[in-house]
Amino acid sequence: MKAQTDLLYSETEDDLRAAVRSLLGDRAGHQTLLDRIETDDPYVPGLWKSLAGDIGAAGLLVPEELGGQGASHREAAVVLEELGRAVTPLPYLTSAVVATETLLGLAGEGAGPVAELLASLASGERVAVLAVPFSTAPHPAGAGDGDLPEGPVRAVADAVAADVFLVRRPDGLYAVPAADAVVTPLTPLDLTRPLAVVDPTGAGGSRLADADAARAAVRRGLLSGAGLLASEQLGLAERCLEETVRYTRERHQFNRPVGSFQALKHRMAQLWLDVVGARAAARAAADALATGSPDAPLTVAVAQAYCSKVAVRAAEECVQLHGGIGMTWEHPAHLALKRAKSDQIALGSAGRHQDAIAALMELPAPA
Amino acid sequence: MTDAEELRSRTRRLLAEHPPATTGRTDFLKARFDAGLAWVHYPVGLGGLDAPRALQAVVDAELAAADAPDNDPRRIGIGLGMAAPTLLAYGSEDVKSRFLRPLWVGEEVWCQLFSEPGAGSDLAALGTRAVRDGDEWVIDGQKVWTSSAHVARWAILIARTDPEAPKHRGITYFVCDMTDPGVEVRPLRQITGEAEFNEVFLTGVRIPDAHRLGEVGDGWRVAQTTLMNERVSIGGARIPREGGMIGKLATTWRERPELRTHDLHRRLLDLWVDAEVARLTGERLRQQLVAGQPGPEGSAMKLGFARLNQAISGLEVELLGDEGLLYGEWEMRRPELVDFTGRDAGYRYLRSKGNSIEGGTTEVLLNIVAERVLGLPPEPRNDKDVAWKDLAR
Repeated sequence: MKAQTDLLYSETEDDLRAAVRSLLGDRAGHQTLLDRIETDDPYVPGLWKSLAGDIGAAGLLVPEELGGQGASHREAAVVLEELGRAVTPLPYLTSAVVATETLLGLAGEGAGPVAELLASLASGERVAVLAVPFSTAPHPAGAGDGDLPEGPVRAVADAVAADVFLVRRPDGLYAVPAADAVVTPLTPLDLTRPLAVVDPTGAGGSRLADADAARAAVRRGLLSGAGLLASEQLGLAERCLEETVRYTRERHQFNRPVGSFQALKHRMAQLWLDVVGARAAARAAADALATGSPDAPLTVAVAQAYCSKVAVRAAEECVQLHGGIGMTWEHPAHLALKRAKSDQIALGSAGRHQDAIAALMELPAPA
Repeated sequence: MTDAEELRSRTRRLLAEHPPATTGRTDFLKARFDAGLAWVHYPVGLGGLDAPRALQAVVDAELAAADAPDNDPRRIGIGLGMAAPTLLAYGSEDVKSRFLRPLWVGEEVWCQLFSEPGAGSDLAALGTRAVRDGDEWVIDGQKVWTSSAHVARWAILIARTDPEAPKHRGITYFVCDMTDPGVEVRPLRQITGEAEFNEVFLTGVRIPDAHRLGEVGDGWRVAQTTLMNERVSIGGARIPREGGMIGKLATTWRERPELRTHDLHRRLLDLWVDAEVARLTGERLRQQLVAGQPGPEGSAMKLGFARLNQAISGLEVELLGDEGLLYGEWEMRRPELVDFTGRDAGYRYLRSKGNSIEGGTTEVLLNIVAERVLGLPPEPRNDKDVAWKDLAR
């Protein structure tokens, strides 16, 4: 019998992890990333096709009858752990999770434009991006549910990789061909996740759902995104800790490995405790999403409130405990730091998620 | 091989032959022990059936459903969690059959004589002497932080048998009779006003050599068995959301809107998230143990709970304002059981200060995590190959 919440990894998940890790290790090492991130196209050529098509990772959330793998958020979370570990630029969170889950929220109608789009996302043939600021939280307090601003949408993640934008308009959700929208790239803090201003005004597109259905579907997409972002943060934090431990074991000062000083050891041990907690929180969120638990909004908020801080702390400790080398462009620590800091804002800051917890758990702010 | 089905039918047979409703508590527990259903992973004849440890849950579920009495494990935690595994691993057949049954049933309470005033984090530096006299050992020294010493019948004791050897190598492990006239137990009052621990003075206490566990000079290794089992016993039960101290704080928050401020709200939510993640971490550890994949995460639990308990109870005292200025009562009592969440917020605040000291200080446990889990190099040491008698103290 399955436990109420399964917080462990299955064998299938371990196998998937190994496949993704091997792919990223071969094709997207940190030197490759450093060579690309200042170009117009930070995505490693062919990598999306390998991950999405060959491994089948883009279709994990999509049922088999709609052209996907029929897996769940638990498996997608493992993919994101690996993408976080390697700080890989790929539109996985944006297309294979947020956009895909948004469309799944509308897919009840069987065949039609939604199913068609979903199938092409699941195969990795097309990339779709929900045209909302990357900071949008899934909860009612976030921008996702407020008035819909007309005009350009600021800071849309992976917009430059999109073939299709999912655009909320007052009368519903639209699929807008990327070529019809005006996409103006921005200079992001995290060069591994391109940001752009997307202006879909007057770009037409086809209407996929009415306003009510759109609101619920977008909420669902953002909730899954926030919940699985915790796994990206977990993977990143774990990698930062591993690299820091490895470096401080080798680096000698004062005729000792610097990792033998208690002042450093305690910081790394504390980080390990935080990573252990992050793993439990991220697994709980992935499992709650996978099982459609009514607890999912709370579990996701807890995972985000916790894991976003852990990832930032791990990356900051990684830079500090590497000393001078950690401050250089040549060393990959800055890639993790910039990703972690941006992820802290992505899909709702810790504060927004705590506000959601306060509402859900009836722990109100002072009147 | 004993399987779940067999255990279930054995348990039902026990319940049929000794109906809990009409059987005395101790008699029922003795019958349960003799049926091999006390701890199923123990050997046949010693309360077990050589069955997989995970199958204990099958027995416990049957017994709980029948409202059978348990052995009040919290009262005899040191016996169950520390003495028993060590007796099992190192005791002679006579020792095992003499001690394990009354220990498990709860007729004989055990305590632990390890820490000393001069040997806390550096337990291996202990100075209580054990000198051989024919078939006996004569013990002289002082132990401290001994819970249950005033109610204990027996103690597990480590003492120095060879002062010439380096500190880890001159220690021997014994079972000590707490009724020996040379044992004097004095309450040790702590910052809460209570005395849940004791000082134990040992003066010419005589222990038969038959009550030695392990070889002479091998006591440090034997003690590792004891301490390792202390960690395994953590994380047994599933904790509900808002279980423990955070539940008290959350309840106060909900019921007392006049106490709320924005600053306290932000800190409450921080701690609520940390407590929920600690709960999930414990649940994940529990699932790992059930699946037979024990990880090093157990040591994370103790460190996390110490910090959390202190922060939560500290915030609660602050939240209470005028009431936080008060304290329930300072009368010196000697409680047999300690409930960290019991009594008022002020008590919880003070008692939880011990959580980062008892059972390994946070500083020492962080060293252990750093060295054993992360593989970081140890601090350079100058005490490993020096005779105990030549160490600075």
